[in-house]
Amino acid sequence: MKFEHVDGQDRGKIVLYALSTCVWCKRTKQFLGNLGVGFDYVFVDLLQGAEKESAMAELDKWNPRRSFPTLVINGEKCIIGFKEDEIKEALR
Amino acid sequence: MSGDAEKLFSKLDADARKSGYFLNPDSAFTMELVEGLLANEKRYGHQACPCRLADGNRLEDLDIICPCDYRDADLDDFGACYCALYVSKEIAEGKAKAEPLPDRRPVGRNERPQFREKKPGRTDSELSHPVWRCRVCGYLAARDEPPGICPICKATKDRFDRFM
Repeated sequence: MKFEHVDGQDRGKIVLYALSTCVWCKRTKQFLGNLGVGFDYVFVDLLQGAEKESAMAELDKWNPRRSFPTLVINGEKCIIGFKEDEIKEALR
Repeated sequence: MSGDAEKLFSKLDADARKSGYFLNPDSAFTMELVEGLLANEKRYGHQACPCRLADGNRLEDLDIICPCDYRDADLDDFGACYCALYVSKEIAEGKAKAEPLPDRRPVGRNERPQFREKKPGRTDSELSHPVWRCRVCGYLAARDEPPGICPICKATKDRFDRFM
């Protein structure tokens, strides 16, 4: 699956599942950028076929509602939606 | 910002005002959503919610074509729809802020409004016409067929159920 990487401070593996048209997703991405942490993101709506299915299957493990944005931190914490305070707290 | 987006924004804003709805007053945020609607129209052929993953098939997406079937309930409960294109009067006037909210769209396909089995609440043979209900805004029309476009929320004919 093709993730884009944004460089920044290493706070572990931070993965953002997002939609290219979703404004809350954009805000989340900007917020992570402003925090200065490194992260990977993928716009699931821009994937096709098997890649899309595999992204959705992975997302499903964390968020069975499969909603966006979904942020997975270090393979242990999942934050659904643009929740600034929760994200900040989790990445302290 | 494209001219198409400006045009769609003006239309949505005018329609909203006429029918007692309000667009998000954060114009940068709203314009991004409008661009999202146009992007979805271009790739799917319909204006699916920018903040939900659309299928691309119109019937599959019918409940999330903007305005979605969940807008009014979310406005009542949270003061904004899921993507926050539409907001309450309070938020429109700047007295409160739109916050992200959970998606109430059923995960199971067959629980979605367009696939749920429907029976009219009551069928009264005394009625001179059947009554049709808009799933988006609840508008009722007593006529042989549902209207082509809902006069209140502009939803299309395929988003009406037989009500009586």
